[in-house]
Amino acid sequence: MPQYETVIGLEVHIELKTRSKIFCNSTTEFGGEPNTHVCPVCLGLPGVLPVVNKKVVEYAIRAALALNCEIAEFSKFDRKNYYYPDMPKNYQISQYDLPIAQHGCLEIDTENGPRKIGITRLHMEEDTGKLVHQGTITTTPFSLVDYNRAGVPLIEIVSEPDLRSPEEARQYIEKMRAIILYTGVSDCKMEEGSLRCDANISVRPMGMEGLGTKTEIKNLNSFKSLLKSLSYEVERQIETLEEGGRIIQETRTWDEAKGVTLSMRSKEQAHDYRYLPDPDLVPMEIDRNWVDDIRRSLPELPDERKERYVEEYGLPAYDAAILTNTKELADYFEVCVKAWPNPKAVSNWIMGDLTRLLNSSGQEITGCKIAPENLASLLRLIDKGTISGKIAKNVFEEMFTSGRDAESIVKEKGLLQISDESAIIAIVDEVLAKNPGPVDDFKAGKERALGFLVGQVMKASKGKANPEMVNKLLREKL
Amino acid sequence: MQLFMRTAHELHDLMMKKEISAEELSKAVFDRIESAEDKIGAFITRTTENAFKRARAVDRQIQSGEKIVPLAGIPLAIKDNICTSGILTTAGSKILSNFVPPYSATVVERFDAAGAAMVGKTNLDEFAMGSSTENSAFFVTRNPWNTSKVPGGSSGGSAAAVAAGEAVCALGSDTGGSIRQPASFCGVVGMKPTYGAVSRYGLIAYASSLDQIGPLARDVTDCALMMNVICGHDQLDSTSAQYQAQDYTGFLRDDVRGMRFGVPEEYMAEGIDPAVRAVIIKAMERLESLGAIVEYTTLPHTEYALPTYYMIAPAEASSNLARYDGVRYGIRAEDAEDVIDMFMKTRSKGFGNEVKRRIMLGTYALSAGYYDAYYLKALKVRTLIKEDFDRAFEKYDLLLSPVSPTTAFRIGEKTDDPLQMYLSDVCTISVNLAGIPGISIPCGFVDGMPVGLQLMGRHFDEGTLLRAAYTFEQNTDYHKHYPEL
Ligand SMILES: [Zn+2]
Repeated sequence: MPQYETVIGLEVHIELKTRSKIFCNSTTEFGGEPNTHVCPVCLGLPGVLPVVNKKVVEYAIRAALALNCEIAEFSKFDRKNYYYPDMPKNYQISQYDLPIAQHGCLEIDTENGPRKIGITRLHMEEDTGKLVHQGTITTTPFSLVDYNRAGVPLIEIVSEPDLRSPEEARQYIEKMRAIILYTGVSDCKMEEGSLRCDANISVRPMGMEGLGTKTEIKNLNSFKSLLKSLSYEVERQIETLEEGGRIIQETRTWDEAKGVTLSMRSKEQAHDYRYLPDPDLVPMEIDRNWVDDIRRSLPELPDERKERYVEEYGLPAYDAAILTNTKELADYFEVCVKAWPNPKAVSNWIMGDLTRLLNSSGQEITGCKIAPENLASLLRLIDKGTISGKIAKNVFEEMFTSGRDAESIVKEKGLLQISDESAIIAIVDEVLAKNPGPVDDFKAGKERALGFLVGQVMKASKGKANPEMVNKLLREKL
Repeated sequence: MQLFMRTAHELHDLMMKKEISAEELSKAVFDRIESAEDKIGAFITRTTENAFKRARAVDRQIQSGEKIVPLAGIPLAIKDNICTSGILTTAGSKILSNFVPPYSATVVERFDAAGAAMVGKTNLDEFAMGSSTENSAFFVTRNPWNTSKVPGGSSGGSAAAVAAGEAVCALGSDTGGSIRQPASFCGVVGMKPTYGAVSRYGLIAYASSLDQIGPLARDVTDCALMMNVICGHDQLDSTSAQYQAQDYTGFLRDDVRGMRFGVPEEYMAEGIDPAVRAVIIKAMERLESLGAIVEYTTLPHTEYALPTYYMIAPAEASSNLARYDGVRYGIRAEDAEDVIDMFMKTRSKGFGNEVKRRIMLGTYALSAGYYDAYYLKALKVRTLIKEDFDRAFEKYDLLLSPVSPTTAFRIGEKTDDPLQMYLSDVCTISVNLAGIPGISIPCGFVDGMPVGLQLMGRHFDEGTLLRAAYTFEQNTDYHKHYPEL
């Protein structure tokens, strides 16, 4: 049985979060009563004309620059013609042969180290409306149409067929999402549909030059379904070939419930979109100075930031990657480090306790009640020996739920570490008096007995005694 | 002369002198509509109340001593493919026979602001596709000079209304000659402005890269006054040009001395009715006698204009008209089994034959495998046609030609032969492909039917066009003839 190689290319649709739609002034706000976020233009009434929202072009350029694309000097909009009732004009304004950007790439981490995945193109287009069926699409007696989403700006990002496994595809999307989130042009919420994905997938015997026949899987709306559907499709294709069958070029849909991909339409039934340049929109000449301005306004992106964390803060690459995965988390980290310059300790707390509490309470870092400065003060208290590490964990949880600062919690609950020698000596004397047996054991050379005595002192001090001092004083006394 | 046959600028003076009121004027025009409309059939919708309301408002302004703008209170007809808020707008099609837009076209807003009294919405070939107004889904409009003949098209209702005294001036739209050709057939002035000079917002699109709204009027002065209202940038139309609005009446000087006119041989060749040619030659001589330099020249790609147009316009139309599917507005077939069936039945019932013909033509031209050979090629030839004009305008200030190869033809004469019908636009189509301005002015008669003289100018050089047209008009009296009804 030959070894097969998987070849995947992804088409990602990302909704841009401009305030108004791509060709009119209607709001892009999510939700709203059906057909309330509309106007004659996005409803495609007779005689209306689209006017491009400059912010959309700016956001598209911003995303494209973050994905290392070349920005076109000359770009235009085209009409993609096909009939569907969720499309007000029965054509979608999109970009065909002169997209706003081309030739980009992003880097993913694979088993064999980092790899660059090519981005063929990035173009702008308008979203469609939404059909509301009674029951299923085949049995509904009528359908309703909501055009609130019609005309919401999208960018479509098409990758080269450079991905070699479903896992790489997942990584690509995760990385894309991280980068776009950094640029601030989209929320990239897969569950709300502001990030959608179609996949082209084929397999070929290892070492083969050309590409196998591909299928396209539509509408993968979670990381999980992406991974599962692609894995299923790889297996299905290999199985088909192994059984002597042949792959049919077709569009398939992912059935989440059954866990299978199903045929939607074959290439023979594929649409002829009859693209034509939209005569209502004048071609755009993209001002280089404008592009430079946008480039300058880009924040430091995940890859650069990660590198800097390794160099500047001496963090392990693993820590750096996790911390820089979202801009918000990285910003949090940096505010913290500024206030308490112990990067590794800060990193440990963020990646450990903070992440654990955020996950278990389903919160985002942006909603976290612990201000980064407060986390820094907590770490200062630990490093200065004001509180013990064990108590710090309790204080931290208290901070997480109440949002109060570390000092006031420590003060209120009397959690200050006891570092006063005379106070500790008093407890030590008491413990020694109460435990003649272990004392004798220690004196007889049983080193382990010391551990027991330290424990007793800590217990008597309710955990507040400075453990190092307890150790030292016990030895002296004995 | 009766009030309804006077020009807007004369009527304005009469109103300012308080010799007539705007309300009296509207009444005169509506009385005329009442008596003439049975014979002409210019209007799909009359907006009587709106006109009188407007007229009375203008009268109050005059009474209170306010100065009124030139077209205030002037009865205006609007082609029914131009959207009017709250007023039925059909584009001459059954598919939009119940469509009431919730917004007005920019030109309508501008005329509203100028105080014009809209009297009604005029008949047209369905979606402006045609040259005789016979393709209207509703009824045929007749030529006021001879009611057995067509008024031309597609702005036939607007041209007939102005010629018959059912409106003082009118708005039309011109995609391949749809203002100039009916103006010529009905003996009025009609102008297609430079592409981008007038906002298309609210004009129901036929072929977006060619469509342009323009005036139909009794004389060149009225035409200039209307241009003053409609021209200028509109932020709702990306294709509307950023340029300084100007007072076009400033160009109305009786002087063509030294002005150079080129007459493209191709526009005077075979296919042009010899009687029409003779009238044009007489007009050329008249201009020469006024000091102009008139020479024959050539636009070598002229023979490709018609086929180029019939690739580009239907291609754009096939996409522009896709939205009429019965989902959101207009009529909807009720007996459909599913959504695809609903689309097909609605469109089959809603569109007329000529519209279907052009949708099919355009769909074919854009289809995979044909795009390069047809649509793309047509775009390239369009560039060559533009370059012909650029070259000619290096030498000439204006180009001159007949508007149409013949005078108005008989109703029904060409309805069975689309190609013959298409040929009646052979002299006007290139102007749209090149995006330049063109005007039709009355220049004579053949067998009692008006002949139009076409002048074509450089991009945004409507001024020179108007000056030449005005000079010709001042030195002739063809515009003073009126049809007997
Ligand atoms: Zn809108």
